[in-house]
Amino acid sequence: MWRAIRALVQKEFLQVFRDPATAVQVFVIPVIQLLILSNAATFDVPRAGLLVVDEDRSTVSAQVIDRLDGSGRFRVVGVTPTEAGVEQAFLDREARAVLRIPHDFARDLERTGTASVSFSVDAEDGAAAGILQTAAMAIIGDAARAVQLSRGGAAAVTVRASPPVEVRGTLWFNPTRNYKHFMVPGLLVSLTSIIGLLITSQSIVREKELGTIEQLNVTPLTRTQFLAGKLLPFWILAMVIFSIGMTVGVFVFDIPTRGSVPLVFASAAIYLVVVLGIGLFISTIARTQQQVMFVAFFLLLLFLLLSGIFTPLESAPQWAQWIAAANPVKYFVFIMRTVLVRGGGLAEVGSTMAGLAVAGVAVMTLAVRQYHKRSE
Amino acid sequence: MSDDPRPSAFSASTPAGAAGRDDAIVLHELSHAFGDVHALRDVSLRVHAGELFGVIGPDGAGKTTLFRIVTSLVVPSQGSAQVLGLDPVQDFRALRRRLGYMPGRFALYTDLSVLENLTFYATVFGTTIEQGMRIIEPIWRQLAPFSDRRAGALSGGMKQKLALCCALVHAPDLLVLDEPTTGVDAVSRVEFWELLGRLRDGGLTILVSTPYMDEAGRCDRVALMQEGRVLAIETPAAMAASYPLPLFAVRGHDRLAMLAALRASPHAESVWPFGEVLHYTDTRREVQPGALAREIGELLTTRGVRDVEVQPIAANVEDVFMRMAQTPHVAPGQERAA
Repeated sequence: MWRAIRALVQKEFLQVFRDPATAVQVFVIPVIQLLILSNAATFDVPRAGLLVVDEDRSTVSAQVIDRLDGSGRFRVVGVTPTEAGVEQAFLDREARAVLRIPHDFARDLERTGTASVSFSVDAEDGAAAGILQTAAMAIIGDAARAVQLSRGGAAAVTVRASPPVEVRGTLWFNPTRNYKHFMVPGLLVSLTSIIGLLITSQSIVREKELGTIEQLNVTPLTRTQFLAGKLLPFWILAMVIFSIGMTVGVFVFDIPTRGSVPLVFASAAIYLVVVLGIGLFISTIARTQQQVMFVAFFLLLLFLLLSGIFTPLESAPQWAQWIAAANPVKYFVFIMRTVLVRGGGLAEVGSTMAGLAVAGVAVMTLAVRQYHKRSE
Repeated sequence: MSDDPRPSAFSASTPAGAAGRDDAIVLHELSHAFGDVHALRDVSLRVHAGELFGVIGPDGAGKTTLFRIVTSLVVPSQGSAQVLGLDPVQDFRALRRRLGYMPGRFALYTDLSVLENLTFYATVFGTTIEQGMRIIEPIWRQLAPFSDRRAGALSGGMKQKLALCCALVHAPDLLVLDEPTTGVDAVSRVEFWELLGRLRDGGLTILVSTPYMDEAGRCDRVALMQEGRVLAIETPAAMAASYPLPLFAVRGHDRLAMLAALRASPHAESVWPFGEVLHYTDTRREVQPGALAREIGELLTTRGVRDVEVQPIAANVEDVFMRMAQTPHVAPGQERAA
């Protein structure tokens, strides 16, 4: 029984490492992807180009413009006296935001203590637009207050822009709001899942295409032995990839390990059975590698987009959340973030792990039952 | 996992479909359809233990389906099969331990070396190369110099020998080979048949298929198949001798003119091009072959064909097949009493 499984495992490893392309694909590409994507997939909003239509052309408006440029949020790409050319600047993506300062801005501010400006943002990327708008309001408000204060005396007393109570936020778990602490575990999960699903979904169907399955099917190998012999080598490979990724995450990106690292690895061990089992299941059904690729990509896209890695699931519509409830990636991402970033333990993730374990047994059972050594 | 349930007792009489003492394979009225395509129709045959049995027929005759049923890979739509005393549908697990199968398509791992492939199959069958060496030694001797070469880099003939080694390493009682010589060069084909002959001499039962009629003579008995039916089962010699009409090899400078002239003859049963020559079958079995040959020669010469040469010849299996294939229901595909 075990001798036959060991022979299968050995055979798979020989095949994987015989092909240098596979070895690179399995070990080098994930690390490079992790390094690149962790730096590229950022929620930080870069300095946005800002076009100012300054009809006021006063010292006060000049001060506002200076502050915006010096804030780190905006890069003033031009100051024009009229609206002409504004639309083109948007279309050319030269400016992401336009600030219009009306021509009695300084006077209004001086006399009444209030003045209005208009701020338009390119909202193609809605989240970034919101951040820019909030930032602009804060900066312009600060500038106006500074102007008031510099006038001194009575004026400063009559106009107090700042509220009497200041709200100070405290950031838990990720105090520096380093998005990498959030993203790197997520990216690691997606990379491991992608490789694991693709490599297993190819493995059986490839033997069907090459005809090698025909020879295997007349051997006394049982279906269970065959699938165990297919699961085990790729499970080991995926665990190695995951370990390499964790090492890179901890030492290169400094992701926190507040909870138990062995717990993370135990969860990974269970989770990978689910993902690889899905891959094997697809592979037992499909006839060609092309079919398998379509199905695997479709599933991966669904799994990853509904995993909470890139967008919060809480804001997804109800039906999407129902789909997500059957998404193993979501649960593993939850475990990873809970244990690594929040320092959770077995009490927090134990039930999720048990759920994954049940799913793993179920999906492997399905794969074994689906695989037929005979045809009618 | 389980013991070999070898057949030990047989009833005194062996009704149709039951295995006799010396039968390795008994197929009884086997039919199989893939959807609307009838791959096999009412196939009955017996392969005796220790026999080199050939199934001969063109592509699409149903040979592969037949072999896949025998090797437990396909469950037949109708009919029964007994292989080594076991039912390939019920006892497939026990059967697979005692069976060596070489599929028509090279089915070993091209990215593994010769030795790695053999080790893998030995292990999967729960044995070792050392234990299997008793059987595979004559073949392995030729492969050993390439043991580190990847299977994909072997020549066609060497690939077949490796596949044969992998199918034999567990010392099966029955070897099933689906078109092992297709796509193999002429020299390797001859070598391969000699290997099979030697394995048969060692007591192994072999079921082999081929589309090449000229290979029929290598078998102890052959079954001719066409369109899912067995046309005849005979020894190659008996099959050739069964040709009922005078047959001639005809040569001349213009094959097309000869073909037209002979086909137009009122006494022609058939005319087939066989490489350089034509095989002509005359319907007049009562006339002396020599006299017929002279008459045919004269006929062709008067039609302007030069260098005409007509020789009475003995039929080969291909002649028999061509004749049966033309009139499939002339010859009932019945087996001689064993």
